This record gives sequence, structure tokens and C-alpha cells, in this order.
Amino acid sequence: MTERFTKAAARNIFYGGSLFFFAAFVSLTAASHIYVVNTGTDSKGLTDSVARGKHVWEKNSCINCHTLLGEGAYFAPELGNVWIRYGGDKDAEGARAALAGWMAAQPSGIEGRRQMPQFNLTEQEVNDLAAFLEWTSRINTQNWPPKISG
Amino acid sequence: MKYESQKVALPYFYGALALFGVQLLVGLLAGIVYVLPNVLSELLPFNILRMIHTNALIVWLLMGFFGAAYYLIPEEAERELHCPKLAYIQFGLFMFAALAAVVGYVFRIHEGREFLEQPTWIKVAIVVVALMFLYNISMTVLKGRRTVITNILVMGLWGIALFFLFSFYNPTNLALDKMYWWYVVHLWVEGVWELVMASILAFLMIKMTGVDREIVEKWLYAIVGLALFSGLLGTGHHYYWIGTPGYWQWIGSLFSTLEVAPFFFMVVFAVKMVLKGGRDHPNKAALLWSVGCAVTAFFGAGVWGFLHTLSWVNYYTHGTQVTAAHGHLAFFGAYVMINLAIFSYAMPHLRGVAPYHQTLNKASFWLMTGGMSVMTFALTFAGVVQVHLQRVMGMDYMTVQAEIAPFYWVRLAAGAAVFIGAVLYLYALLGPVPASRRTTGIGAAVQPAE
Repeated sequence: MTERFTKAAARNIFYGGSLFFFAAFVSLTAASHIYVVNTGTDSKGLTDSVARGKHVWEKNSCINCHTLLGEGAYFAPELGNVWIRYGGDKDAEGARAALAGWMAAQPSGIEGRRQMPQFNLTEQEVNDLAAFLEWTSRINTQNWPPKISG
Repeated sequence: MKYESQKVALPYFYGALALFGVQLLVGLLAGIVYVLPNVLSELLPFNILRMIHTNALIVWLLMGFFGAAYYLIPEEAERELHCPKLAYIQFGLFMFAALAAVVGYVFRIHEGREFLEQPTWIKVAIVVVALMFLYNISMTVLKGRRTVITNILVMGLWGIALFFLFSFYNPTNLALDKMYWWYVVHLWVEGVWELVMASILAFLMIKMTGVDREIVEKWLYAIVGLALFSGLLGTGHHYYWIGTPGYWQWIGSLFSTLEVAPFFFMVVFAVKMVLKGGRDHPNKAALLWSVGCAVTAFFGAGVWGFLHTLSWVNYYTHGTQVTAAHGHLAFFGAYVMINLAIFSYAMPHLRGVAPYHQTLNKASFWLMTGGMSVMTFALTFAGVVQVHLQRVMGMDYMTVQAEIAPFYWVRLAAGAAVFIGAVLYLYALLGPVPASRRTTGIGAAVQPAE
């Protein structure tokens, strides 16, 4: 580095630039916050059942096997669009029943296949979880994932 | 070692290494479950294993940072630590909280957001620990000599505490939850942690190469400047597909591409300082870890990050084994290696002996770094195949996983190599010092004036 680029100059660029970019980032996330609430998600449809369903999702740490909108562990399928994969957008009752059946049947015990634990969810919890996954499937994800397979 | 209170770093280093062991053991188990999925499936299902693997990693890295700060700040500030006793109490509380979290996880006591699974009381304890620590080091710095290294280090550590506060905010709206979750996760590892990493690296360069402080500090400002200029808006690469606006695809792609720059300059910096310095420092192992850290971080965080950061690439790779490949090498290169570097440098000083077990330490470097590289390649290939089959062809997730199973065997073997490397490292660092290295007063001799 040349002599003209002094330590004081480097320091000023660092502090000034960091402040500028931090302010830019905070402003953009503030704008995104408003976008998420108004456009990106269905805020009106965020019912108590969806909120409880999110809690079921968290209590059982589903994120440490599955991904949700691509984030999480990569050990089990993506669930952001599982509602669509189960046909819930056309037949909600059918998808709910399929989810309940799936949760009840775990673990499969099949040798050589990844095992999902039995979480002993109540009927209410399964319904709330379904509501949460249904709500999540309607988030505007800019058309991600590319395929229904997740 | 010039100051008695630098010794408080010792329990932090031991605690960090113990949790490193836990992280690797559980990681190895998780690697086994990938290829033999029925193992432990009822007793310790995969989600619990992964929770312990990631949490132990984060906590031991933080513990290492705390120890590193306690070691280098007295030396930089040229005075004893403000309150060594507080540092020991802080260690006790932190270690207790970490172990309580791990034990709790085994019994399914956890919260449900990735990496932030700690129950609320443990999160509060972490904040208390952080405040005790920040008070202690800030007082030391304020009363002593202020250097660029301490400024950047303290700024990074305050940032860690500040952004952790977002872990208490968990909105019911999933998209908002995710958006602010990244305020902790991204602004830590691609923001303030880089400040900590770069300042520790700068300290090691000053000590081991003998290059003039002025030059090192100018580099440090330039590197951390690049890190924050790119890394703050680079958070946008997590905002592509989670319900946030489309403009993040442009901002995220542009700025996260620039995130390669600070890592590139860290390599240039480390190599240049070593070549320029010309000091023949006896602790070759610590030097190897330091330069290796810059290089591996460049590949893991820089190159492997760039591989899937452009939005039109990420559209296909997001949340696949490509992400896992990047995550493993980035954490290893940037944060594991900087910790192992400062431990290797500081331990002889803390034990009052000349550098010891150098060959074994260097062997462990190659075994661990080689193992992590093979693991990264295995996961990358797995990811590329997965992307094609699942994201392009639209094949079902579980069918695709069966197709890429061979890569998971390679990953497991690579993980075993890393584990053996870590065992060698532990012995090289903590094992008995050979009699020839036990000369008294050598602590001062290997640490010439700057």
C-alpha cells in the first residue's frame, strides 16, 4: 500500500463507510418489513391457529431435519411448499387428513430409510401445524422453489 | 506472556477445546446417521444431533474468542486486565450455560429456531456473560494503550452482543421471523465475527512476522472495511426467497459477490506479512494455522460462498448440499482455524515454555484441513447432483437422497480424518511438554520487542 493511503485515511473510510452501509441496510430492511406485512405474506390470514402451528413447528425442532423456504437442515424434504405438494390448494381437507396420517405413522421403522420421530401431536396440534404450513405456502417467494419437489 | 492476568485465557481455551470435542463427536454421529439412518433414530434423532453439533460449534468459537481477547488485550493495552476474577466467574457461568443447553437438548428441552435453540433463560445468561466480558475488556482498553487491533476487536465483540439481542424477537409472521433471524446469524458470521477474526490475525502477524505495526494496522482497517461494506448489504443473499421484496436479488447478488474481497485480501495480507517480516519465529505451527486460516477462509467463505450467491444460481442451489458444503468449509476456515491458530500461538506462552510438539501440531493441521477439503468436495458434488435431479428434473427429495448416498460415505470418512486430526491437535497442545522445551524464561525470549 502506498504512503499516500495513510492509516488515518483508512480509519476514516472504515468508520464512515460502515456507518453508511449499516444505515442503508437498516433502511432497506425497514422497507422490507412493510413489504412483508402488506404484500409478501397474508397478514390478515395469520390466525391464532397459524401462530399455534408455528409454535408446534418450533417445539419439535422440525427445522433441524427439514428446510422451510430453503432454510434449515438438509436431512429431510423442503416443507415451505408441502401444502401444495399434498394438493392442499385444491383439497384442503384431503391434505389435512394426509398430514395427520403421516404424522401418526412415524417412525416408519423401515431399514435403511431416514426415520422421522413420533412427536405424539394432539389432533389440535396437527390441525394447527397444517394451518401454519398452509399459510407458509402462500408466502410470496418469488416463485421459489423451481419444482414442486422442493 | 507479559501480564499475569493473560492467564485467564487458559480456562477459556480448555473449555473451547472440550466443546470442540463434543461438536466433532456429535458431527461424526450425524455423519453416521446419514449413511446408516436407523442408528439412534429413537434415542437421539437427527434434529437433536444437529442442534448439538451446531450449538457446540458456535459456543466453543465464542469461548475461544473470549479467551483470545483476554490473552491479547492486556498485551495490546499494556496493562493487566481490569478484573481477572470477573473473567473467571464469567467463564464458570458460560460453561455452565453451555453444558446445561447440551444436556437439555438431549432431553428435548429447546426452542425451535435454527441455531437459536437455547431456552430463554440460557439466552439471558449469554447476555449476562457478554456484558461481564465487555465490561472487563472495555475497561482494560479504556485505561490502557489503544491500538487499532483492540479497537476493531472490541467493536466486533460489542457487535456480537448487540446483534444477539435480535434472538429474543420471534414474530409470529414467519417471513419477518426469518428476516430478523438473519440479523443475528448473518451479521455475526459475515459481519462482526470477521472483525474479531481479522484483528486476531493482525495480532498474530505482528507477533510472529515482526512487520511494523503501522503497516499491519492499515491493512486491518482496509480488510474490515471491505468486510462490512460488502457484508452488511450482502445479507440480501438470504432475502431472495423468504417473502421479502425482489430488489434483494440485485442487492444481494452484487454485494455478496464483493464479500469475496475481504477474504482475498486477508490471504494477500497474511502471505505478504510473512514474506516481508523475515522474522524466524520458532512457533511454526501457529504460523501455519494463521496463514492456513486466511487461505481456507478464502476458499470456504469466499469462493464457496460465491459459488451459490448469485440469485439466479441460488434459485436452484438454495437449501441443498451445496449450502452444507459452503457452511462446513467457511466455518472451519474462518473461525475454527483462527481459534486453533491463536491457541497454538498462546499455549506455549501460557505454559511458560518454548513452542513444543510442532511436528505433531503441523500434522494435525494437514489432517484436519485435508479432511475438511475432502468433505467439502463430497458435499459439493452431492449438491450439484441433487440440484440437477431435484431442482431441474423435479425428482422427489428422498429418491434423490438415495442417489447421492455414496457422497455421504466419503463425507463420513473425511469427518473421521478431521476427528483424528483434532485428537492429534489436542495432544500437541495439551500433552506433556518435552524436557528440552521446558527452559525457564523462554517466554520472554520468544517474544521479541515489536
